[in-house]
Amino acid sequence: MGMVTIRIDGKPIEVEEESYILQAAQTLAIDIPTLCWYRYINPYAACRLCMVEITDKRGRVRMVTSCNFPAEAGLGVRTHTPRVLATRRMNFEMLASRCAPAPVLVDLGKKLGIENPRWGWGEDTCILCGLCVRVCDEVVGAQAIGFAARGTSRTVTTPFEVDSEACILCGACAAVCPTGHIRMEECSGREIVHREITLGPNAAISVPFRQAVPNAPRIDPEYCVHFRTGGCKVCAQVCPMECIDHEDEERREEIEVGAVILATGFQDLDPTPLKQYGYGKLPNVITSMEFERMNSAAGSTDGKILMEGGQEPRSIAILHCIGSRDEKHHPYCSRVCCMYALKFAHLVKEKTTAEVYQLYIDLRSFGKGYEEFFQRILTEGVNLIRGKGAEVVPAPQSRRDEGPLLVRCEDTLAGRFREIPVDMVILCTALEAQQDAKETGRKFGVSVGADGWFIERHPKLGPVSTTTDGIFLAGACQGPKDIPDAVAQGGAAAAQAMSLMIRGEVEMDAACAVVDEALCSGCRLCNELCPYGAISFDIEKTLSLVNAALCKACGTCAAGCPSGAIKGLHFTDQQIYAEIEGILS
Amino acid sequence: MSFEPRLVGFLCNWCSYTGADLAGTARMKYPPNMRVIRVMCSGRVDPNFILEALAHGADGVLVLGCHPGDCHYAEGNYKCRKRLPITKRLVEGMGIEPQRVRLEWVSASEASRFSEVVTEFTEQIRVLGPLKLEDWTFDRAAADAQLEHN
Repeated sequence: MGMVTIRIDGKPIEVEEESYILQAAQTLAIDIPTLCWYRYINPYAACRLCMVEITDKRGRVRMVTSCNFPAEAGLGVRTHTPRVLATRRMNFEMLASRCAPAPVLVDLGKKLGIENPRWGWGEDTCILCGLCVRVCDEVVGAQAIGFAARGTSRTVTTPFEVDSEACILCGACAAVCPTGHIRMEECSGREIVHREITLGPNAAISVPFRQAVPNAPRIDPEYCVHFRTGGCKVCAQVCPMECIDHEDEERREEIEVGAVILATGFQDLDPTPLKQYGYGKLPNVITSMEFERMNSAAGSTDGKILMEGGQEPRSIAILHCIGSRDEKHHPYCSRVCCMYALKFAHLVKEKTTAEVYQLYIDLRSFGKGYEEFFQRILTEGVNLIRGKGAEVVPAPQSRRDEGPLLVRCEDTLAGRFREIPVDMVILCTALEAQQDAKETGRKFGVSVGADGWFIERHPKLGPVSTTTDGIFLAGACQGPKDIPDAVAQGGAAAAQAMSLMIRGEVEMDAACAVVDEALCSGCRLCNELCPYGAISFDIEKTLSLVNAALCKACGTCAAGCPSGAIKGLHFTDQQIYAEIEGILS
Repeated sequence: MSFEPRLVGFLCNWCSYTGADLAGTARMKYPPNMRVIRVMCSGRVDPNFILEALAHGADGVLVLGCHPGDCHYAEGNYKCRKRLPITKRLVEGMGIEPQRVRLEWVSASEASRFSEVVTEFTEQIRVLGPLKLEDWTFDRAAADAQLEHN
């Protein structure tokens, strides 16, 4: 389609032929009032407020609606002549006579110089602009609502005025409605797709969080209108770089690698089963992760420490070792809680005037600079109580004003039981191994310990590598650890993986299994026994052969071989018999 | 002089041998009756080794491996767990008390468990008394009956 030049209020502008005058005027920042126009919907010319005066190429002057009048070469447009303004005012007053004074109409009236329409205001909040009907049809593609009846009884409704099955509850109609006539309401058994249609953390397309890497938005197909109806794609129209591809989907790719670093991390213990702390039942009992989220400047409260009602807490109890150092849950120490709990205390003191109570078993400030930080916290007026928090209960009526929650504990230094009324309780939940750690471990030939953490090759001499060559561990998947430790281990894992790859060859243990070809009967018993698949069967020679690069010298095959054909080097039958003889002689 | 049993222990290199090592460095006490043979995995313990040890005059054989699921070689201890009961049956068929052969799991960190297991096993064998192989004659009928029974 070619480009044509039109003049709007004397200003020339080059636009696509057949494009609409209103858009050209908006490009020139000329204000034309409209109520029924929306960028992503075809123009409809329902409100008749965008009237302009044109002079066409034959010199005829007439009034047209700018939203749907196509541009043609030599077109002259005047947007603010007395005739135009009078027409708009007249149209507005006629609209007002049947519509209730919604804010959008009152504002528009003021702009047009009409405070009191001469026929007064009507009562209908719907202005019949048709935005909702068109957005549902053209953008969403659900066609759940439409116009019913004609003339003065024309309304927007669902077919037969009953709840529409076609409605996907996306809320697009409510979002475009200029007067607020359409609202989203909860209805039983159906979930509203978007609570907000604006771009935000709850939108169907959003950046997961502000520091996300890659820092790009992603579409949630569960909520995206396009994936429900095949329509919409408004985001693709908005994106100037044409980055949005609705056809893109997840792919499985096979990558050949020389080494693998497992850094699958930990998961947070869910404190709900620990009923004594009331998590999920009592208000303002939160986990450390939730508190951390609240403290984040990008978090739900913009970094403010607030209670559920939005007010600042007067007192906060921080309960250490929730699920850690607890025989009923995890016997180990989660390592990081003491220090982050102290950090929490510091943050609370910095941001609020709240009293802070730390309920600890032992304070383990073990790292570099940690003890110094602890000493600093002591000077900040934090209450430290040695004794694990036993219970969080609703405070009795008599103590309600001091705080709605009552934390019970034994103060082992003071030697007495205490009940502390607080506004908020933070549970320092244990670090747990990922739920699927065992499965992951099996995939990579890494065993997991009793607690679910991956087992390193040696607790002191091989803390990064695993018993499977080329698989390394980094971070909390190997055990609870803080950031410096995780970073150090990650660096070490990367270095070890690099050194393995750069060398280009693998160093082998001298011990491995060998097959005595003369003795092997080819029974293939060993093939199944080998946990590493190192023994393969040579069909031509009808005997089993050991791949020395895969063999880890466990000797299971040697013990199982019925003909004694497999020798585990350094642990041969002869050597062990000699040992037996030796120690029993 | 009381009877001092002579025991042979087959210890897996990764868990039990390390556990025994730890028991040593932790200065834990356990009877000196057991002599240790290091194998890379409890899965390496050929039933022949056990028979050989008993034939050479051992009063009992203890096989120690990693706890199920913790095997350094993924599943070697499972192989051992399958083999040991068969070996015990074999030993029993020879007229030797099956209690003289025992399989236990000891991890690298369980030094105290190691010393407990060794102490207990030693005491058990002490009660059983010395192994007398010359008493054994092959009773074909009994063996057949046993086979039939199984």
